[in-house]
Order: sequence, then C-alpha cells, then structure tokens
Amino acid sequence: MRIRTAGVVAVLGLALAATGCGGGDDDSSAPAAKESAKAPVGGKLVIWADDKRTAALKPFAEKFGQENGVTVEVQAVSKDLQTNFVTASQQGSGPDVVVGAHDWIGNLVQNGAIDPVQLAAEQKSGFNETAVKAVTFNGQLYGVPYAMENLALIRNTELAPEAPKTIEDLVAAGKKLKAEKKASEILCLQSGQNGDAYHVYPLYTSGGGYLFGTAANGDYDPKDLGVGKPESIEAFKKIAKLGEKGDGALKRSITAENSIANFTSKKCAYLVSGPWAVADAKKANISYDITPVPGFAGGKEAQPFVGVQAFYVAAKGKNKALAQEFVANHVTTPELAVALYNAEARPPALTAALDQVKGTDPDLAKFQEAGKNGQVLPAIPAMATIWDPFGKAEAAIIGGADPAKTITAAGKTISGQIK
Amino acid sequence: MSTSLSGPGAATQSPGREPAGPGLPGKSRTARHRAPTTMTGLLVKVVLLGLTAGIAIWAAFPLVEAEKWVGLAPLAATTAGLFYLYLTSRHIPAKYLVPGTLFLIAFQVVPVLYTASTAFTNFGDGHRGTKEDAVVAIQTASVKQVPGSTEYALSVATQGDPATGPLVFLVSDPGTGVVSAGDAGGLRQLAPADVTVAAGGKVTAADGYTVLNFGQASARSQEITDLVVPTSGGALRSAGLSRAYEGKAIRGYDAGCDCVKDIDTGKTWTADEEAGAFVAPDGERLAQGWKVTVGLKNFSRVLTDPAISGPFFGTLLWNLAFAVGSTGGTFILGMFIALALHSPRMRGTNIYRVLLILPYAMPSFAMLLVWRDMFNTDFGLINNLFGLGVDWFGQEWSARIAVILVQLWLGYPYMFLVATGALQAIPKELTEASSVDGASPWQSFRAVTLPLLLVALSPLLIASFAYNFNNFNAIYLTTEGGPFPADNPSAGATDLLITYTYRLAFGAQGAQFGLAAAVSIFIFTIVAVVSAVSFRRTRKQEEVYS
Repeated sequence: MRIRTAGVVAVLGLALAATGCGGGDDDSSAPAAKESAKAPVGGKLVIWADDKRTAALKPFAEKFGQENGVTVEVQAVSKDLQTNFVTASQQGSGPDVVVGAHDWIGNLVQNGAIDPVQLAAEQKSGFNETAVKAVTFNGQLYGVPYAMENLALIRNTELAPEAPKTIEDLVAAGKKLKAEKKASEILCLQSGQNGDAYHVYPLYTSGGGYLFGTAANGDYDPKDLGVGKPESIEAFKKIAKLGEKGDGALKRSITAENSIANFTSKKCAYLVSGPWAVADAKKANISYDITPVPGFAGGKEAQPFVGVQAFYVAAKGKNKALAQEFVANHVTTPELAVALYNAEARPPALTAALDQVKGTDPDLAKFQEAGKNGQVLPAIPAMATIWDPFGKAEAAIIGGADPAKTITAAGKTISGQIK
Repeated sequence: MSTSLSGPGAATQSPGREPAGPGLPGKSRTARHRAPTTMTGLLVKVVLLGLTAGIAIWAAFPLVEAEKWVGLAPLAATTAGLFYLYLTSRHIPAKYLVPGTLFLIAFQVVPVLYTASTAFTNFGDGHRGTKEDAVVAIQTASVKQVPGSTEYALSVATQGDPATGPLVFLVSDPGTGVVSAGDAGGLRQLAPADVTVAAGGKVTAADGYTVLNFGQASARSQEITDLVVPTSGGALRSAGLSRAYEGKAIRGYDAGCDCVKDIDTGKTWTADEEAGAFVAPDGERLAQGWKVTVGLKNFSRVLTDPAISGPFFGTLLWNLAFAVGSTGGTFILGMFIALALHSPRMRGTNIYRVLLILPYAMPSFAMLLVWRDMFNTDFGLINNLFGLGVDWFGQEWSARIAVILVQLWLGYPYMFLVATGALQAIPKELTEASSVDGASPWQSFRAVTLPLLLVALSPLLIASFAYNFNNFNAIYLTTEGGPFPADNPSAGATDLLITYTYRLAFGAQGAQFGLAAAVSIFIFTIVAVVSAVSFRRTRKQEEVYS
C-alpha cells in the first residue's frame, strides 16, 4: 500500500513536470514578447509561401514588423501550398496572407478562403495591365500581383543564329542541324507520355484553337468550351504534322524533366520554356536569345499563357485588417518586388520595379515581349478539368492518333466534368 | 511488420529493463500475481503514467479553450481508465492489451469511420464548410466599391483606452481635406482646428481621440474589419489600416426566402439543401456551397455513371493481374535466390546477400522516378543500352510489362529476406530423408520445401498482395496510368483502381472527397474479400502441413 501511495504521488509530480515541459514552448516565446513590449505589443501576421519566396520575404517582413510594432512570421510550405491553405483555413489554423499563382483564385473563392483586396486607382495603374486582369475574378480584385511569367522560344545562338519567323522555319532549321549532326532533336517542347497543355498552348492558339470563350464581363465562360470544336480539331491537325509520325519536332520522349537539360547539353537548338529555364542556360554557358514562340505559317499568332504570382488575404485569417494593410500598401512597393525578383528571376508585375531591374537583365524585356500577346491563364475552377484530358489528347495526337476522334473525346470528358 | 504491442505496456515489458532474476521459472504460478514490485518496474510505470497524464493535460487545454466538451469527455475517460488499470494489481491481461487497442482505435478505427462517414456527404472543394460560412463568403466577396466614391485616408482611433475603448475611424477626404469621425452611428465632420493631418492625408492627432498606431490597431484587427460606418451610398469600410473606401455588398442573404439576392440585377439564388448550394431558377449555381449529407448518391454514382463504371471491370482485371504479378514475381525470384544462397556449396553468401538487399534499402519513391526516366524512348538507359527503340510507356503491353519489371526489382529483396529466414527454419533432416528415399532435388523441393515455405509465408504474400493492389506510387510515379486510349483520357492501360479513382475524384473541378471516400469503400471491400478467402485457404493448408 505504501508503494502505491508513493507511486501516485510520484506520478502526479511527473505529470506536472511533463505539462511544465509542454508549456516550455510558451516560455521560450516569452522573451520575444518582452522585447517587443518596449514597443507597444501588436498583432501577429502569418504569411505562407513556398521555400524560395519565404527566404526573399523574410527580411522584408521583419522590417515591416519592426517599423509597425507587429510580429510578422513567414512560414515555408514546400508542398501542395494551395491544398494545405484551403484545409488549414477551413479549420481556422491558416495564415493571414498566402502567396501563390493566380489560377488558384477560382478554387480559393469557391472555398471561401480569400477576400477581395481594395486597391486605389493609382495603385492599380502602377501594375502591368495583364497582371491586374489575371487577379480579377467575378469583377473583384482578389490578389496583389508581384511577378509574371510566360513561355518564350529560347534558342542556342551558336547553333541557330536566326530567330525563326514561323514553326515551319524552325522545323527546317532544326532538321538541317540534325542532318549535320549538330543536334539530335529539332525542338525541345516538353510533352511526356501524358502531354503538357501549358507548353503546347501557343501552338494550339496559332492553329486557331481556344479553351474558353469570353463572357460579357470579360471573364472566361465555362459554358463555351473550345476543346472539341472544329477549330480545335484544325489546330491539332497542324500539331499532328509536327508529331512523331510527321516532322518529329514534337515527341513524347521530351518530358518536363529532360527538356531543359537537353537544351543545355546542346541536344536541341530550340527550347520552349519560361524564365525559370534561363538560370540553367546561363550555368551551362549557352549563348542564347529569347524570342516569341513562333506560330504556323499563315496561322494566327501563337499566344502563350500568362501566369501571375500574387499575394492573397485569407478570409479566415485572425488579423485581416493587418493582412489587408500589408498586401494593399506594402506589397505594392517596388522594393519588395525587386527582392522577390532577386530570389527568382521572373519579370515583376509592378512597372516601376520592372524598370528598375530591366537595365541589368535584358532577358526580362524579351520575355515580356514574348508574352505581350499572351492570354491570361484562366482562373475559373473549370480550368482544372482541362489540364489532364487536354494534355493526354495532345500526347496521343503527337504519337499518331487521329486528331478529330481524340480531341472530340477529350472535349466530351471535359464538358462532363464541368459543373 | 511489428505487432501492435507498442506504447506504454510494451515498454514496461521490454527486455533488459528488468533484472534477469525475478523471471518466471523461479516463482510458482500463484505467486506471480503477487510478484513484488521491483524498483525498475515501478520507475518505468511512474514515468510512463506521468507522461500519459502530461500529454492528457496538454491536450485538454485547447479543448477547454474551444469548449469542445465532446472531445474532452473521451480524453478524460481514457486517461482515468489508464490510471485505474495500471495502478491496480488486477486485470493483468488488460494491461497488455489496452495500449495496442488504444492505438488501433486512434489510428485505424477512427480514420476508417471518418472515411465511411465522408462517403455519405458531398465534402469537397466548394462544399467544405457550413451554410453560414458560405453565406459570409458570398456577402464578403460581393462587397464592391461604390462607383465614383471617394477613397479616404484612414486612421483608427478611440476615445477611450487604446486596448479596449470603442473604435472610431478618422477619415480624411483627399480632395477637400475634410476630416470626419465615423462609427456604427455614422459620420460626423470634425473641426479643422481640432485635427492634425500628415502629408499623405492621414490624421495623426485629433482632440479628444487617441490615434492608434499599427501595433495597437493590429491587435484589434477583428473589430476593425467588422466596423462598418453607414453612409448614404453604402458604407465606409477599412481597406487595411490606412485607407477606407465606400463599399456596398451587392449580394445578401435573405432568411425569409432562404435565398441570396443580387441588388444590382435582382437575380435570386435559392438554397438547395440537397445539393448544398444556392441555385438560380436558370440552373446557375453560386460557387460557394456547403457540406450536406447526400445519402447513397456517391455510391450510386460509382455504379451508374458510365464514365466510372464503364472502364471499371477492365481496370479491376488489370489491377488483379498487377497485384498477382508483382507479388508472385517477386516471391518466385526472391525464393529462388534464397534457395541458391541456401545451398551449402555456395561461397561468399554474405557479399551476395548485402548486394541483393540494396534495392530494398533505397527509397522506392526516388527509384520509381529513376526507373521512369530509364524507360524513356529516346533518352532512357534501357533503350540506349540495348540499342532498342521501344516506346515503353507508349504501348499498352510494354507499359504493363515495364511497371511489373520495376515492381520486381523493388520487391524481390523483401521476398528474398523472408524466404531466407523461412528456409533456415526448415529442418535439414526433412530434405535429407526425402533424398535418401530417392527423390530428385526438384521432387523434394516440390513436396517438402515449397509447402513448408508457403505455410510460413502465405500471410506475408497476402499482405503483399493487398499492398500491391493499392500500390498508388508504383503507377503514379512511373506511367501515371498511361498510355491512354485516344478516345478516353480517363482510364489508362496501367491504371489501378486507386490511380483511376484518384483522377476521377481530384482531376475534375476541385477535390471531391465524398466520391473518393465512396470509391475507397468499394476498393476496401474487394481487397477484404480477396484477403479473407486467401486466409481461409491458408488455414486449411496449415492444418495439412503442421
């Protein structure tokens, strides 16, 4: 009996100790609170971003925090940021601000996860017009853009000194290089076994195809689906001619993993890719030039997708007023845009910031030129149904399948999934 | 492969903690119940129970804070139960069983029940929260700036204590310079002499008001967001902490008709409780919906939707072939290597064993990606090495052979390991006796070694089958289910049921967790039936051979 009493006492003691240990986290954060207690104790702002941007945001966030007497925490979410954000904010454990691509907007809005941002007219005019259009959804501005990206044709100027005017020129030049054994592929445009809708899109538009029609308010209209329409079949007939059974310029063996690597190892003279490929080309000491993706001879112009990276205010954040303040009045400053540009070289959406970095980086202007006629990547939730069937149809057609049959089936699958 | 005896109960039992002395042999059976408590035993018990109590208290605080009494009750009951169990000297068997059972409930039963309950809802993107959440989201999303209205510079102020006093918006009109104070009662103009305005138009001081700095204001963020100052055209709302705009909610919820009305166009969307969405007469749905119970709709959709049920049986057939092929192939290869290394004439077996186990030691996640690239038509190692031009993942059968080959490579070391162990447990006398009786090595393998091996390995083979049946990574990281027939991008030649349904549930307009849960119940049923039948047959076999 004596032992048991002793046991109970000991257990209770340890329990207290264990909870004490658990509370240790709070203790460790106490000194920080005490420090800032000199300044008035303010609210806390939590920002979620991916790894690269987290590093760029940290110093800026700290500065914002010190200047305003608030605590700013930037947390890196390296995988599935969008899904994690939606799930976390549903449970009330999400951040106040999230950083991500503009085509998330449709899904974030249908889940009630983000709030509109009110920008003054003069703030809006400081941004690239396409960027503002990209973050506008249902007539509301949902995010503050900071960077833009689009595809362009990057060519090895040693192998191909002339920029091709049409895809046919490119194929002819590529075939010549192949015959001379200077390159083993005509063009590096990633497809893979299941296709890549994003990368083939410029060719699709040049062939006359479209994804969604435009509604009266300027948004994409999910009811007017262009996939499966006669225009899309015509476009894919042209793409089929470039495929494995035709010119061999488009191949399923060129994938997201090896496309840029093939270019830097000089297996191909032409690469269709975005600003993210430039760092690799520089590292490999390739002399390159950037021009718009060429279209088919006699076809429409090749329009790449324009994607925008933006800051969003979480609808279920704990500190929405501060989040609005940060996003609307501090993300709109050129300093932050330049810092984010330095972390990853994508053209800033803020015109002032672009002008600042354009001088030292001529590639930016070239990418912007290539994206001038680009189409904003649709942010409507229906876009999510496009990627997979469209990509697979592309891969099948490149492999030699009948364009009309394949693209009609893809259109049927997509329209069946649109609510 | 560990048994479920982990946790506090197992730790008290772990060998080495207790001195070797008071083991079973020395004590009589009756005395065991009254075995004296050793110092080590007591210490382990106290530490573990202390930790249990600590974790329970740590977990209780957030529950109490959120007033989640439904969650607190099982926590308190479990903790009290654990204390009673380990402080009394009775209920010896329960002391061993309870920890494992608790973990079983927490990590197996609860998730399964949650999945099953999700299958009866429309939970997914656009249907995550409650109806109230959806209404709030619709209203907030519809607040638009009144066209042509002024944008004000804002300072948040109070007439009382900065931390608690009622909030007031001090706004200055950048055009006229007029400063007004606004709260829920409306706007009042302030005399220009009473206020100090900074260059940007922001009010920095006002008589009778304390202007809050960002730090103070941000601490009261919720109140600032909620403060709406009524004006003639709409209402003044804050845009952050330094600007205010005149906005108007275009859409509002009307409890009378249970609908959402658009005051600009007059359009109404009525709540449809079965779909969990606001639907207009013309069929247009508002994107922000809510979670509702849909009954058996998800299940009937799996069975009746031709896009789902059409390719179902073809996929199921290949799925079975893949699971049998992967399990059988790895077993046969692993067993023959084990047999070869088991032979007494074999030299350097240790080196071979180390080399053979290597694929098992590499992370399969990375290896699957490496294999995918090795099968590339133009740049892959396999075609380059053998001078082939096979479009491995582009044709149905070559893709199927390729994924099974990859599984073979990844899986045989495991089978080799367990077969080696099982072989060593088969007494040599048995095979020696059969060879004395004149059996050829093949005959003695067929009649003696293989049946005994199977008795030992059948449960593992069934487990391996169940695992491979749902081996998502093996397909998703290599072929992604492809190649796909040109006329059907939703079901590919190497698709397993799990990869196929993943595409269905998450490929469309956002995630549909309800549908995914329903399909996983179907898959669970299939795997459970196959496993149950196999186990029954194994038991019969055991009865014959043991």
